[in-house]
Amino acid sequence: MKARKLYFFLAVALVVVFAASVTVFATKDKAGGGELEGELTIFWAEWDPANYLQELCNIFTEETGIVANVETTPWSDFQTKTFNEFAARGDAYDLVVGDSQWLGRGATQGHYVELTDWIKEHGVDKSMAPATIVAYAEYPKGSGTYWAVPVEGDACGWSYRKDKFEDPKEMAAFKAKYGYNLEVPETWDQLLDIAEFFYRPDDHFYGAAIYTQKDYDALTMGVENVLWAWGADLGDYDTYKVDGIINTPEGVASIQFYKDLYQFTPPDWGNAFFPENNMAITEGLAAMSMNYYAFFPALNNPEMSKFADVTGYFAMPKGPADQVAALGGQGASIITYSKKHDLAYAWLEWFVKSENQATWGALGGYTCDLKTLKSEEFLNMTPYNRSFMETMQMVKDFWAVPEYAELLEACQRLWHEAIVAGTITPQEAMDGIAEEWEAIFEKFGYYD
Amino acid sequence: MNQQKPGEMLATRRGLSDTAIKRLFVLPTIILLLCINIFPLIWSLGLSFADYSAVRPRVPGVNPNWIGGGNYKEVLMDSHIWEYFTITAKYAMMAVAGEFLVGFGIALLLNRDFKAKGLITTLILIPMMMSMAIVGLFWKLLYNPGWGIINYMLGLKDFQWLANPRVALVAVAITDIWMWAPFTMLLALAGLSAIPQYLYEAAEIDRASWWFKFRRITLPLVTPLLLIALIFRTMEAFKMFDIAFVMTGGGPGTTTELIAINLYRLAFAQWNTGRASAFAYIILIMIIAISNIYIKYLNKAKEM
Repeated sequence: MKARKLYFFLAVALVVVFAASVTVFATKDKAGGGELEGELTIFWAEWDPANYLQELCNIFTEETGIVANVETTPWSDFQTKTFNEFAARGDAYDLVVGDSQWLGRGATQGHYVELTDWIKEHGVDKSMAPATIVAYAEYPKGSGTYWAVPVEGDACGWSYRKDKFEDPKEMAAFKAKYGYNLEVPETWDQLLDIAEFFYRPDDHFYGAAIYTQKDYDALTMGVENVLWAWGADLGDYDTYKVDGIINTPEGVASIQFYKDLYQFTPPDWGNAFFPENNMAITEGLAAMSMNYYAFFPALNNPEMSKFADVTGYFAMPKGPADQVAALGGQGASIITYSKKHDLAYAWLEWFVKSENQATWGALGGYTCDLKTLKSEEFLNMTPYNRSFMETMQMVKDFWAVPEYAELLEACQRLWHEAIVAGTITPQEAMDGIAEEWEAIFEKFGYYD
Repeated sequence: MNQQKPGEMLATRRGLSDTAIKRLFVLPTIILLLCINIFPLIWSLGLSFADYSAVRPRVPGVNPNWIGGGNYKEVLMDSHIWEYFTITAKYAMMAVAGEFLVGFGIALLLNRDFKAKGLITTLILIPMMMSMAIVGLFWKLLYNPGWGIINYMLGLKDFQWLANPRVALVAVAITDIWMWAPFTMLLALAGLSAIPQYLYEAAEIDRASWWFKFRRITLPLVTPLLLIALIFRTMEAFKMFDIAFVMTGGGPGTTTELIAINLYRLAFAQWNTGRASAFAYIILIMIIAISNIYIKYLNKAKEM
């Protein structure tokens, strides 16, 4: 009996010690938070612009005394880690520089703080390029309700090997074969000709590097450029009708075109996104490479690319119907569960100031601030800034509805089957997407 | 009258029996297991009966919305998921069979005395000590038609492994075999070295052939350990995620979309927590069923 009592008391003591230590740790953590008052954590993906943002944050700290840290994670993990934190209602991050398609989820599921009044009060809706405000901040589109401040404007563009394009022998051979001059392609058909011309497997040199990866949104970001250029669309953004819009003959032809272009990519290019496409240029694998502008600084850096001096840049070519570029880039949103909203607002207020936007641009960030964007200083800062400025006038974006991940899963799978695997036809892929997307919209009550 | 051992009596006199001390030591582990294993298991079982997304705000009746067996029905009626199950079954068969042939073959070769046997055995074990993601990454490079050594050595020029829907699954399975055949080898080697030599000596006296000795002595005595390896490797093959995800991302098309990859997409890209939980339980039940079949054979083999 005595032993039982002792055993019981020991068990209770163990539980008490455990609970006490948890409390002590929690209190310590809170006390730590108190000591670190004035420290802000901004969450973003691991890439060069995040490093530039940290440099900008260092200036912010010097001026305000508030420490701002940019915490990063690899792109492959960015979405999962962010939404894991949201699911846990965690306060590890105060601001997130999130993808434009997250807006619907962030807004409707309560993860983002609404910034409509703040944006209007600070004139951000006037100072930033209108397309970027709509793409990175507004949800639902056209509602005038804002959830983010545009941080990094971005869109798809192209890099190419100038030395190959300007080689007299290549130029003569190209003209003899295609009947026109080898120049930066103005149309997608010209781009296909050039890709075919430079496709030389025996020399380990290939025509073009394009996005093909099945995970997340890579292939979709590549396909969108041709889909819109051919005059098709992802659907009706007001009625959510998809059938008859995405799977038109133009839409199907655009997928067939992307499939044709895929033939001229380097071998085993069925799982390629931005690192592979940059590598296609830095390793001298391809004549042209599609990528987001935010990844071009590496191509222009002689320490990272031996072809930096002979790399040129151009905007998305024209299609039979239009000239459109798939939007990339991100906006900064205040996370609802952060306990430092005041600091987050202070950072945003400092960030949107015109002089700080100019510094952001000078550091290498793709500012969305109109004044900075249009300045000659910015346009001449890099060989691709002018092309970036042109591109930002013709961007379009994927669905930003909360169910974007379900939509992406369907189109990534079906386009990959049609373009990379070749197991279904472009028509089957487009019909399949129309059917699956409408089923998703139906399930989530968009037609009610 | 209770008979206690002297040590136990001493402990009891001090107020704590040996059993109590044992329980006390085990208690933290039990609590930890309950918290991080059993509780999530029961919790996710509950969620599998709800239309629920962990990222949406919790609103009773809406999120979670209890729908009974709706998620299970949806998963079982989804033709894509059956396609992924088929792909996974093909993958598991290829990978496990390959691991057995290679692993057991190497074990037979190593089951003799020769110079540097220990060193060679250790070197062969290196692949299974590596991180699966790293293995996936460097095999992706090895398979690259441009600079990968595989095409160079086999003289295959621009042959595409990972972007080719006909061979992508085989390519991933080969990587799995390379990594895990040493595990089968290790268990087989343990079984082989435990076989008493006198059995072979007796067979030699009877002038038994190599094949006879293998069939009647080696195989029956090593079978229990091989079955243990089979259970572990089948379970692992069904759960395979890292290598396939890094090498192909589930492509080209859906040719390497294993159930674990699809489950990941459902749970952490689409945040369809309820349906993902139901899917996970279906996978769990299948793995338990397959393991039980093996365990039955294992028990039979032990009795022989």
